[in-house]
Amino acid sequence: MPNLKDLKNRIESVKSTRKITKAMQMVAAAKLRRAQEAAEAGRPYAERMNAVMANLSAAAAGSDSAPKLLAGSGDDKVHLLVVATAERGLCGGFNSSIVKLARAKAEELISVGKTVKILTVGKKGREQMKRDFSDLMIDHVDLSEVKKVGYVNAHTIATDIVNRFNAGEFDVATIFFNKFVSVINQVPTAQQLIPASFDADENAETPFYEYEPSEEEILTDLLPRALSTQVFTALLENGASEQGARMSAMDNATRNAGEMIDKLTIVYNRSRQAAITNELIEIISGAEAL
Amino acid sequence: MATIQFDLVSPERKLASLDANEIQIPGADGDFTAMADHAPFLTTLRPGVLRVKAGNDVTEYVVTGGFVEISGTAASVLAENAMPKGEVTREIIDGLVAEAAAAAETAPSEEIDMANKRVADTKALLDII
Repeated sequence: MPNLKDLKNRIESVKSTRKITKAMQMVAAAKLRRAQEAAEAGRPYAERMNAVMANLSAAAAGSDSAPKLLAGSGDDKVHLLVVATAERGLCGGFNSSIVKLARAKAEELISVGKTVKILTVGKKGREQMKRDFSDLMIDHVDLSEVKKVGYVNAHTIATDIVNRFNAGEFDVATIFFNKFVSVINQVPTAQQLIPASFDADENAETPFYEYEPSEEEILTDLLPRALSTQVFTALLENGASEQGARMSAMDNATRNAGEMIDKLTIVYNRSRQAAITNELIEIISGAEAL
Repeated sequence: MATIQFDLVSPERKLASLDANEIQIPGADGDFTAMADHAPFLTTLRPGVLRVKAGNDVTEYVVTGGFVEISGTAASVLAENAMPKGEVTREIIDGLVAEAAAAAETAPSEEIDMANKRVADTKALLDII
């Protein structure tokens, strides 16, 4: 029989945990709204960019002069995996699901004899990837000081990737992030960055454009920007997913804490009752003995 | 007078969406003006000032790299950096110049001309504020 004081302390501690998780849930809800707004604000740009790039790259794909970012280096020996995760934990399976996907991909590539390099964005991903692939990690981007992920951050990451590609450090780059579907559903996604791939919208009607300067020059100019945009979209999706995942994780935690408090309270009341009954029996049997 | 649907978007937000009479755009190969029924046209942007005329209102934006897509009825400007001219300060432009200069230094030899032009165009922005 646990004593009453211990039980009482236990209940108090679970209550304060519940307060914390409740607060975190509300903070996440507020942040989620902002992250969703940011993701929505970025969508028109990303969509137009994607449509134009799909159009341009389809035209350039066949020619020999296609830029390397689009055509690739002609090899696929060295793969760069960009693992974008959150800077913080306590958001359910958010970080693990990205890492799990990236790890599966890395193992698959290694098993067929490819070289894998890993670039991590976000502290949590680095910690988890380090366990298995510490010798493959080439760099880490720290966004913990960044309050609101901006295009600048994505641009820096994309420029770094492009520079490494131009230096011949890798042949194929893929970014891993969580796509935001709803608060309770985020899909870990792998998207190929280099060679660049754009999903063409089949229904989109494209007028016959006049290009200035030439199509190739426009393509060369826009490819790095399109890459930055893809990274930016990934970061925004990740941001919204993280808050969504945290919100539902904290909601669960709050509910579990509530259940635990109820159970503990029942145990507490029962033991209190038992103690009182015990005392009464002692008094009565004492009186009878006289 | 016929109008043309004008959209100005940056990666982070939509800055403008309105019916305009004419739009003066700093294209990579020279400035041009888009009006209703312009031929389908796609060009990249150089750092410069974009002017939108709607009725008697003229709005000016400072834009850097990106592209413009024009069809007969709509003009969409996708600029990497775009802000209303009134919000532009010397510090912002200095930052852009520094960024362009840094990019020029690391640019591969075949792109060096393009990069240097970008630096020059960005520096020219200093004169307009």
